[in-house]
Amino acid sequence: MSGGLYSMEGKDFDQTLDLKKIKPYGDTMNDGKTQLSFTLPVPAGDEAVEAAKQLLKKMGFENPQVVFHKELTKGFTFFNCYGCCTHTVDYTNIYVPKVESTVWDMAETDQFIREHIGRKIVVIGASTGTDAHTVGIDAIMNMKGFAGHYGLERYEMFEALNMGSQVLNEDFIAKAIEMKADALLVSQTVTQKDIHIKNLTELVEMLEAEGLRDKVILACGGPRITHELAKELGYDAGFGMNTYADDVASFIAQELDRRLNKNK
Amino acid sequence: MESKLGIDFGKVAHAREVAHKIATQVQDFVDGYTTVAVERTLCRLLGIDGVDENAVPLPNVIVEELKDKNVLGEGALFFLGNTMVATGLTPQQIAEKVAAGELDMTAQPACTPARREEALQPYIAASMERIAKNRERRERYLQTLGEGPKPYLYVIVATGNIYEDVVQAQAAARQGADIIAVIRTTGQSLLDYVPYGATTEGFGGTFATQENFRIMRKALDEVGEEVGRYIRLCNYCSGLCMPEIAVMGALEGLDVMLNDALYGILFRDINMQRTLIDQFMSRVINGFAGVIINTGEDNYLTTADAVEEAHTVLASDFINEQLAALAGLPEEQMGLGHAFEMDPMLENGFLYELAQAQMTREIFPRATLKYMPPTKFMTGNIFRGHIQDALFNMVGIWTSQGIQLLGMPTEAIHTPFMSDRYLSIENARYIFNNMKNIGDEVVFKKDGIIQSRAKEVLDKAIGLLERIEQEGLFSALEKGIFADIKRPKNGGKGLDGVCLKGSHYSNPFVNLMLNR
Repeated sequence: MSGGLYSMEGKDFDQTLDLKKIKPYGDTMNDGKTQLSFTLPVPAGDEAVEAAKQLLKKMGFENPQVVFHKELTKGFTFFNCYGCCTHTVDYTNIYVPKVESTVWDMAETDQFIREHIGRKIVVIGASTGTDAHTVGIDAIMNMKGFAGHYGLERYEMFEALNMGSQVLNEDFIAKAIEMKADALLVSQTVTQKDIHIKNLTELVEMLEAEGLRDKVILACGGPRITHELAKELGYDAGFGMNTYADDVASFIAQELDRRLNKNK
Repeated sequence: MESKLGIDFGKVAHAREVAHKIATQVQDFVDGYTTVAVERTLCRLLGIDGVDENAVPLPNVIVEELKDKNVLGEGALFFLGNTMVATGLTPQQIAEKVAAGELDMTAQPACTPARREEALQPYIAASMERIAKNRERRERYLQTLGEGPKPYLYVIVATGNIYEDVVQAQAAARQGADIIAVIRTTGQSLLDYVPYGATTEGFGGTFATQENFRIMRKALDEVGEEVGRYIRLCNYCSGLCMPEIAVMGALEGLDVMLNDALYGILFRDINMQRTLIDQFMSRVINGFAGVIINTGEDNYLTTADAVEEAHTVLASDFINEQLAALAGLPEEQMGLGHAFEMDPMLENGFLYELAQAQMTREIFPRATLKYMPPTKFMTGNIFRGHIQDALFNMVGIWTSQGIQLLGMPTEAIHTPFMSDRYLSIENARYIFNNMKNIGDEVVFKKDGIIQSRAKEVLDKAIGLLERIEQEGLFSALEKGIFADIKRPKNGGKGLDGVCLKGSHYSNPFVNLMLNR
């Protein structure tokens, strides 16, 4: 790019923040500046660049710029682009369902369980179906935890069993019955072709068929899981990226307390 | 070689001796047993292929039949040999008749060993020759086309559809990849059979089948001739079909195979007896076929801490080296695994990673080391991820790794897009070229952070090896020595496929392949 160091674009737009109409921020309020990259299935050339620009306009970007492009292999061209987004969002009118619990550290959660539940909470977890990834369930359950957040095995007031990966839903439920589990944690890492949805749904259906669904706290987690998705699938909670054992432990403790004590 | 790290090679020799004893204990056990997977492998080596009307592979039909009749310990070759002598049928014809319920192999009269050998000999010779020819084909290509410089650039394709994989793989080769690994569909490692034919549906990867191997081999040879560089093909013989997939790879000219029992035990909960027996046969095949094996130590650090548990990786590399040597693998075919997996927020983490990679290089100087990129601390911040991969690439060129498994900025988000692979290859080529001879130029401060780290890891690895020698490998695995994962000797998947060898048992391929 030979655009020079300084943007000479006019800034004749309203530069005051309006939370009812927010748009991306580059270096000036409401400039709408956005960067994106994608590949188009066409050979590199002027036509390819024009195609990318037209696509950006259709996406709602003004002043589309293709700052870099490269043919990855015959017939496929990669683009790095910038544009000014014309769309806005009303931030004042947003509702996101969230796991409604206060996040405590390990000592606080243990203390709460001692006082309110009066016994250890039994939790079993697994990466179910054909999913071989244990990284998620390990991060939540293993003694060592992840990124400084100790796992459930380290909590005094949890009896935690990590069944590992590739656990069949049948076996998972059988173990839940055997251990009289209070809470079940399911980790799903592989999400291609929505295999995780199928697997998570199957578990709910099987629990319902066994008459167990209302007797356990059921939560799922993984990089592509949100609380909203989890609720939609019939789970009590969903834990996505950047959530740790603390989040899960506090939720289980508070939810079990609510079920045992608040509804009396 | 002069050590840049001040490594005491007397200690290294001691570690090797201890690892050798551990491996020998394992081998003493392995020699007494066979498995359903080993016997299916022998069926395939006699040319038995195809499926019955229920899509059950014919090698499974034969082996299940013998297992049901409680005679598998005598070995598939005993019954196939007797039946060939008695009926004059070929192994494939026998398999088809058994599948159709028209023939009972166990009802055939037992002939003399000499007559069995005579009947089996032409089929044994044919598959040995086919594998040897594939090896020659690779060597011829390496002479005429040549190959990329080390570290080889290794990238994965994982679309689930072998024909889409071909498009991705050829694109990667044109961008500079040296090794294409076709990731298997999730869960294949737990199937006790190998699916048949070309496949277009998989989750997170593509089925390993002999036909899929053939399709990809052809595609890589085409693109290799186009770019003037031999492109290696990698697949996975870990899991319950370890030796079978090894033999399919050998028959179809694969170049690299993941091949590690410890990985399956720890991360797939495969029974340790089963998979160590399977591993021996698969490594014998890979050794003979000229296939580079990759071991999976890097995975330990995805569950255990990369700083505290680095010595478990080194200890396991020592054991895997000795197990591979017992199966006839030359050092150049040992892709011992290690990884760049420390928390990027760790002060001086780069120095520790550099120390460990240099240490691994010096301890295994001829091995084609497989160096794995950051995965555990990849966050979805693709911009930082690209820098983490750059640091990883710097260590790779600095310490002369054999195979650089390229990290993707989008690790932890999705299987690689075509553009992700391009960005990763560009990253590696830039750094490998720009820092080419840094390893020859830079020496490390005596008793500085780097030298001290290497010494510490080696000392701890020796301590661990000595403990494992006392315990035995099986017992050590039961106690959770690797990756903080405990596995019972009589638990896990596949134990019922293990069988004590009987008095008629014979597997001539082991000797033939070891004494090539």
